[in-house]
Amino acid sequence: MTSKIGLDHALVDKARASAAKVAEDTQRFIDRHTTVAVERTVCRLLGIDGINDVEVPMPNVVVEHLTEKGLLAEGAALRIGNAMAELGIGPQEVAEGIDRGEIDLAALPLHSDAEIRAALAPVVDATMARIRANVAKRNEYLTEFGDKQGPYIYLIVATGNIYEDITQAKAAAKQGADVIAVIRTTGQSLLDFVPYGATTEGFGGTYATQENFRLMRAALDEVGEEQHRYIRLCNYCSGLCMPEIAAMGALERLDVMLNDALYGILFRDINMQRTIVDQYFSRVINGFAGVIINTGEDNYLTTADAYEEAHTVLASQFLNEQFAVQAGLPEEQMGLGHAFEMDPDLPNAFLYELAQAQMAREIFPKAPLKYMPPTKFMTGNIFRGHVQDALFNMVTILTNQKIHLLGMMTEAIHTPFMSDRALAIENAQYIFRTMADLGEDIEYKKGGIIQSRAAEVLQKAADLLGEIERIGLFATLEKGVFADIKRPLDGGKGLDGVTTKSDRYFNPFVEEMRKEARA
Amino acid sequence: MSSGLYDMSAKDFDKTLDLSAIKPYGDTMNDGKVQLSFTLPVANNDRGMEAARILAKKMGLTEPNVAYARTLDAEFTFYVVYGSCTYTVDYNNIKIQAIEDVSMEMDEVDAYIKEHIGRKIVVIGASTGTDAHTVGIDAIMNRKGFAGHYGLERYEMIEALNMGAQVPNEEFLAKAREIHADVLLVSQTVTQKNIHIMNLTELIELAEAEGMRSNCVMCCGGARITHELAKELGFDAGFGPGKFANDVATFCVKEMVRRGMK
Repeated sequence: MTSKIGLDHALVDKARASAAKVAEDTQRFIDRHTTVAVERTVCRLLGIDGINDVEVPMPNVVVEHLTEKGLLAEGAALRIGNAMAELGIGPQEVAEGIDRGEIDLAALPLHSDAEIRAALAPVVDATMARIRANVAKRNEYLTEFGDKQGPYIYLIVATGNIYEDITQAKAAAKQGADVIAVIRTTGQSLLDFVPYGATTEGFGGTYATQENFRLMRAALDEVGEEQHRYIRLCNYCSGLCMPEIAAMGALERLDVMLNDALYGILFRDINMQRTIVDQYFSRVINGFAGVIINTGEDNYLTTADAYEEAHTVLASQFLNEQFAVQAGLPEEQMGLGHAFEMDPDLPNAFLYELAQAQMAREIFPKAPLKYMPPTKFMTGNIFRGHVQDALFNMVTILTNQKIHLLGMMTEAIHTPFMSDRALAIENAQYIFRTMADLGEDIEYKKGGIIQSRAAEVLQKAADLLGEIERIGLFATLEKGVFADIKRPLDGGKGLDGVTTKSDRYFNPFVEEMRKEARA
Repeated sequence: MSSGLYDMSAKDFDKTLDLSAIKPYGDTMNDGKVQLSFTLPVANNDRGMEAARILAKKMGLTEPNVAYARTLDAEFTFYVVYGSCTYTVDYNNIKIQAIEDVSMEMDEVDAYIKEHIGRKIVVIGASTGTDAHTVGIDAIMNRKGFAGHYGLERYEMIEALNMGAQVPNEEFLAKAREIHADVLLVSQTVTQKNIHIMNLTELIELAEAEGMRSNCVMCCGGARITHELAKELGFDAGFGPGKFANDVATFCVKEMVRRGMK
């Protein structure tokens, strides 16, 4: 591919090699550890669901039991499989027995690995088949209706009530939305459990629960069939329950998940060891389930300056790419993130945004890049805001961004009104239609502002990745390189949920999903 | 509907400015012109247009003109309406709670602290409760600041600690006590269902229970925060949109001096 912005491909390769080295080093740490969230996810994939009479989710009941008995290091699969082999019952009955205090996993005689795996095999196979069927169903829809060419228009709903969300999502889909994201309630990322059932109360968003996923999926399928389009559903696979949300999404056919290797560490102060281990399993699941992940580099620019810190976005994209590679997630599912967040008072800001978007496009040619609209410099002046969103829309169509999160003129005022969404869609569709092939017709001046900007950002990103390769990922996070935020290795939330695996540990889902990814 | 390019309506109203009875200004003094937009949960048809017009009249607009109607969904229509407002406001007799201090720039604030307090002051900030947004507190505290106004971290005479988002009120106060903070800044961005009010009230109650309230200046800020609301909740000041680090810093240092905090 010829580069419109004259990228130095040797330098791109060097940056990518540094990121790969960092991811490989980190993977060695990941492979030695498990977490309470990872084990709860194994429980969920084994079909353990529901809540007990004090509303504790059953996966938490089981994993708390394992932790109390000092068995977390062996993993949930080993001990649940052992109980199944010993007692001749299913995983849900094992969980219920634990909850009633009738089963003590530590007290049961331990069977051989072969017997345990044999007991688990039918359950594991059934889950794998259910997820495969979801992938097949999505592909069937996409074959029947065809997939959207050009950018996917991505809209959020955030009423707090799943039923109200459905009303809003259906209207948005009819107006042209291709992806509907249900914003999570504020603070869910810090819950060390996933709430249960349909929910109608939330702050700034709606709880991510498996039932809410199911309800919204059914509603979007219904609109999609009416409209002869496949409407993708997005949620948030981040926080302390990263892999559990991935599992729920895989079971209910979500299509897109926010899923960043570093976001929780930086922006939610979740312990880095915890997040790094959790993100791996979540990406294995997302990769297997055909889910496009969206990474969160755009968030760096809401705290750090978009012009000065552009290279940290690129460096993080390289890292997210390499962590995804480690998890077997295909390039076509890597929705690497960035954002249009430069100060409107900065002369030539549009050219710099264009340069960076084109650079991301060329460096990650197969990735369905996620491009975020202006938020930091949205002021309440809705009229200027609508123009800022228009400029953002132009960059998307000129540089072929794929997942286009629509900007709202009322950003910074309130969660969007139905009319705000309609006007935003109209704005984007107008620009995407009338400038459809402008990108193809444009060549950038050799050595001009746009080419020079891309070269500068790439050079700085490559230098930064070289430095991260030298000191390691954890030390980098301790130094505050990303988003100007420093995090200590042993600080933050969730560290007590991390443990070193024992020799007998195994995770049948990672094994099966990775096997298929390699095949 | 509108008559097109030329406004043929008679302009027989008094066109002199009267501050005891001000009205919105379109292109002529006292024309009262306003623009508004809203959605009604009805189909886009003549009856819906009439409903929009009647609603505008009930809002006190004369000669309402529904300039635009657009279908959002089968039973939802968006309207853009213009009209002339019949209400007036007596501008002369408005009393507001406002921060009276004229804002100083960063260098002036530093000089003021040196002269009147004689030591570095300690400022702690956070977005407290479940609020995950750091935009507000970062705009005030981060070195780079926002829109050309440097943040408090850059002030020579201010020790600034930004605890970030989702900080529980208890933790925030414990840290404030530990570092002997003179000033506590709280940002609230997500405001759905008035959770920010509950959270801000709880912070003040905790500070009072801990006996810290009188020893420090407490301010809150955010998109929906006004000075009046802040005072009502028991804060010393509130900062809404369009306020920058130097506005906050000016109030805080002057308030410290007013209260004789050394």
